[in-house]
Amino acid sequence: MAAPRHLPLLLLILLVGFASADEGGEGGPRGRRLLVLVDDLAVRSSHSAFFGSLQARGFDLDFRLADDPKLSLHRYGQYLYDGLVLFAPSTPRFGGSLDQNAVLEFIDAGHDMILAADSSASDLIRGIAAECGVDFDEDPEAMVIDHINYAVTDAEGDHTLIAGDDLIQSDVILGKEKIEAPVSFRGIGHSVNPSNSLVLKVLSASPSAYSANPKTKLASPPSLTGSAISLVSVMQARNNARVLVSGSLDLFSNRFLKSGIEKAGSKMRYEKAGNEQFVTETSKWVFHERGHLKAVNVKHNKVGETNEPGMYRINDDLEYSVEIYEWSGTSWKPYVADDVQVQFYMMSPYVLKTLSTDNKGVFSTSFKVPDVYGVFQFKVEYQRLGYTGLSLSKQIPVRPYKHNEYERFITSAYPYYAASFSTMGAFFIFSFVYLYHK
Amino acid sequence: MAEPGSSTAAAGDGGGRLRNAFGGVLCAFTLLLIGVLAFSIRLFSVIKYESVIHEFDPYFNFRVTQFLSKNGIYEFWNWFDDRTWYPLGRVIGGTVYPGLTLTAGTLWWLLNSLNIPLSVETVCVFTAPIFSANASWATYLLTKEAKGTGAGLMAATILAMVPSYISRSVAGSYDNEAVAIFALIFTFYLYVKTLNTGSLFYATLNALSYFYMVCSWGGYTFIINLIPMHVLLCIVTGRYSSRLYIAFAPLVILGTLLAALVPVVGFNAVMTSEHFASFLVFIILHVVALVYYIKGLLTPRLFKVAMTLVISVGLAVCFAVVAILIALVASSPTKGWSGRSLSLLDPTYASKYIPIIASVSEHQPPTWPSYFMDINVLAFLIPAGIISCFLPLSDASSFMVLYLVTAAYFSGVMVRLMLVLAPAACILSGIALSEAFNVLTRSIKCQLAKLFDDSPAASGDSSAESSSASTASTNSAKNENRSEKTKTIPKEKPSKNRKKEREVAESVPVKHKKEKKLLVLPMEASAMGILLLIVLGGFYVVHCVWAAAEAYSAPSIVLTSRSHDGLHVFDDFREAYAWLSHNTDVDDKVASWWDYGYQTTAMANRTVIVDNNTWNNTHIATVGTAMSSPEKVAWEIFNSLDVKYVLVVFGGLVGYPSDDINKFLWMVRIGGGVFPHIKEPDYLRDGNYRVDAQATPTMLNCLMYKLCYYRFVETDGKGFDRVRGYEIGKKHFKLTHFEEVFTTHHWMVRIYKLKPQKNRVRGKLKKLKSGSKTSSTIAAGRNKNPWQ
Repeated sequence: MAAPRHLPLLLLILLVGFASADEGGEGGPRGRRLLVLVDDLAVRSSHSAFFGSLQARGFDLDFRLADDPKLSLHRYGQYLYDGLVLFAPSTPRFGGSLDQNAVLEFIDAGHDMILAADSSASDLIRGIAAECGVDFDEDPEAMVIDHINYAVTDAEGDHTLIAGDDLIQSDVILGKEKIEAPVSFRGIGHSVNPSNSLVLKVLSASPSAYSANPKTKLASPPSLTGSAISLVSVMQARNNARVLVSGSLDLFSNRFLKSGIEKAGSKMRYEKAGNEQFVTETSKWVFHERGHLKAVNVKHNKVGETNEPGMYRINDDLEYSVEIYEWSGTSWKPYVADDVQVQFYMMSPYVLKTLSTDNKGVFSTSFKVPDVYGVFQFKVEYQRLGYTGLSLSKQIPVRPYKHNEYERFITSAYPYYAASFSTMGAFFIFSFVYLYHK
Repeated sequence: MAEPGSSTAAAGDGGGRLRNAFGGVLCAFTLLLIGVLAFSIRLFSVIKYESVIHEFDPYFNFRVTQFLSKNGIYEFWNWFDDRTWYPLGRVIGGTVYPGLTLTAGTLWWLLNSLNIPLSVETVCVFTAPIFSANASWATYLLTKEAKGTGAGLMAATILAMVPSYISRSVAGSYDNEAVAIFALIFTFYLYVKTLNTGSLFYATLNALSYFYMVCSWGGYTFIINLIPMHVLLCIVTGRYSSRLYIAFAPLVILGTLLAALVPVVGFNAVMTSEHFASFLVFIILHVVALVYYIKGLLTPRLFKVAMTLVISVGLAVCFAVVAILIALVASSPTKGWSGRSLSLLDPTYASKYIPIIASVSEHQPPTWPSYFMDINVLAFLIPAGIISCFLPLSDASSFMVLYLVTAAYFSGVMVRLMLVLAPAACILSGIALSEAFNVLTRSIKCQLAKLFDDSPAASGDSSAESSSASTASTNSAKNENRSEKTKTIPKEKPSKNRKKEREVAESVPVKHKKEKKLLVLPMEASAMGILLLIVLGGFYVVHCVWAAAEAYSAPSIVLTSRSHDGLHVFDDFREAYAWLSHNTDVDDKVASWWDYGYQTTAMANRTVIVDNNTWNNTHIATVGTAMSSPEKVAWEIFNSLDVKYVLVVFGGLVGYPSDDINKFLWMVRIGGGVFPHIKEPDYLRDGNYRVDAQATPTMLNCLMYKLCYYRFVETDGKGFDRVRGYEIGKKHFKLTHFEEVFTTHHWMVRIYKLKPQKNRVRGKLKKLKSGSKTSSTIAAGRNKNPWQ
């Protein structure tokens, strides 16, 4: 059914692809070509508000059916897209060369993804989510039910439409503006391993929620309960690829974005649910329009010099500086923080200093090289919630004193000098007397 | 080779001026030939293989020499090397014995300034043969001091080709011992020379030579202990003389001062127990000198009074000093001795406390066959040499005997010190052979003279008498020799010495003439004796040439094996190092067992974690622990050290026995010595290290096993290890934290790369996956063959 559209679309993709590659090359951390996979083209219109906001921000969306046989993420070793929006929860298998591993490789190559599931989520979708550290409820019929914090609807339903307001406290992920209205959610819950530091719960369920099949009676205690249930999670991989996993596709739909919401038990009725702000802000974060740091110009030198030496001596005084910028979506802005630290590290940190910033992006400090020689590293390990991790290390050897760099005449050694010279003198006199006093 | 020595000795016996001159020329010519022999017998390695640096330590010395020739001596002195012992680094200038490097560097500089453009490597390769020629000349000088020219030439010839010394000084074996043996013998020569002449000039030279020895090798402690022992021996046997004082006192003072100048020794020269013997004997010598002086001043009765006074006071002082010393020494944990020296005094010490010393093969006690291999017939000649040293016992000959006895003890403790025994054995054998030839040729001469004179022969000599006859004639011959020498070079000797010599020379000849007639062997016996000695010498030469050509010339970085289908060359080491230098980043760190550290830095120019300079036990134990840990733990250890590549040596495919699996017990022991969670019994089955089906699970899961045997089963389908001689225990497994990046042609070196940390952390969705993490044995058991 999509066959006649393929060729022009492909051309369009290529053209757009090149164009956006150029655009992305202007200094932003990510390009702007997104592949949107849907299992029904109706999603395109039913979620047009979300797509529209992406397009309005300059993204080029390429809508494809998930089982399109010509689907491919890369060609000739180059990725065709910079991000993936996976709105195809029920697809059992991708078309073309795309499969679970291809998607994961796409992420491992440093690309971003938004994945939305719903109660019909296939094993493929669950598998991809699990590889990203998100475990959907294994019961395929289960949905998140909350009999207390549900959204009030016209008909008394089964309380699967949830008004979620337990959002993560992070301006970086959710934007500076506080999301006042609850976010309406209908879908499946997932859990994340608390020991997994890469995954964050962005929208958590309330303590009264549980995950079960709403159509049947609860036979056994549900496996997922309370705030352990995460409704929307994000994962930032070690290579800073970002993935958003939502248990609800409806979360992004026009209906949820536009309609009002009233949380049960609360008198407040919001004209508009928090969904629009929520999806816009999180998608900004996922596609690296916010919270992306870069460090450039790592410099170190002896105090009073400007050249970077190849080696320091113990007890040298040195200066270290690094410039850190944050991507604001349009340009690199100086990053301002007072918690960036540098380590002077050899198996363990010998010096740990907080860098001071001049608010123009330059972070600097100065310290004395410890009285230990060896191969040290300047290490900056900056991991902050929501921000991309900065991990800089620069190797620098520290040598001991050269043989002629020690202090020459030590005051406390004067008795010894005197002793040796007096002995020499005495010996000379003695020899003289002994030899010529006959 | 035996003839020139004896003929010169005979020429010396002759006495004629012309013959003397002829003897001198012949002697010089013989010495030249000996030098050529010593040099050329060591070239087998170059001819059979190629002109390369051998083994492990020489690569480090070569690298240091390269640095020296490029950057000059001050840079070398201050060199802080950041490419070894990452991340600690090593102060090379302060921890290396610079003698060898400076020698070769000077040699290279000299040749280059003469416009002979040799590469540093060539100079390094040939340094050892050149210095073995020097060593044989020094042996000549030393033996000549004790027993005359004939014995000297004999000893020099023997030393030029003694297998024990060849093993350490073939071309390419660019190690400290190469120059140190020369320095050792030369120092002894100068000591004996000083002792014989009492000249302060030689005493000063002696201290300088000792300084060179200190620069060259840690074995200098042998000198600084042996010479005091000899001095003490002389004092105890009532042989104190002013010559002894001059020979020893300046050596202690100047030698210690000079030794303290060498950065690696520094204050050790006055702080460690190895050097205390010399100071103690120095004090004793002064006390004795004072006693002799006072004895000369006072009348015997007064002397007795003074004696009791001095002894009581002296004893009190002595006790005080000794008490302080003991208190000082006892306050240090090793009692002031370094580990290596302690293991010399107590051979079981190292195996009990310091596995890192015990792990080195050359620190093991030698087996009996190695004596026959390394010094061959000399072992039988030594007793004869000792006997002739006692006839008569001079200061010099007593030194030889003492040298031999101590060296024999040390060689019994550490196979490496066989090298110190070799010169002593050569000297004493040379003396024995030369004396024997002396006796035999002289009796032939007498018989011939009698034959021509037609005088009544002393036919009463029987073979029973011959032994006593030979000893007596040795005695006389020796003295004759001596007096000859004093006449030819009278100016060099101070008067006292000459007087003594003359006394000896004059006292003996009274009965000398008579005895000479009596103590002559029958013609046939002498001829037979000479023939037998020549045959013995022949055997020795044959053995030496065989040892030089076959046993000791392998460079150990290139291996060969002969089989029915011809010669196989295994050049895997250089293949691996070349791969590293071409395919990895300059700053990448390579971890391997410490044996390969020097080679990796020198040949691949990559940073290593540990190397053959085993100065930091903890660091080595860390690597040992990583090698004996499971993959994940090992990955964490290596990652914390910024290691990118891991190199293992594996001989199972071609049957190369000194591979990492055979060294593995030391990794476990050294690792367990510092990190107690590594327990040796976990790796042992019935007290043995096994890697076959009976191996313990810990063994089969440790990193070393996995890196060695990864994909090994693909080679023959069974995983048969040709070194251990059985099939390996676990054949099919995958690596989770390491990936194979390079395996050499014969699988002798395998290089693995640490996988980067996982980009994502997987959820727990799949039950099967989480099972495989907790116990990989079960997973492997279920998943029998991942390769199919």
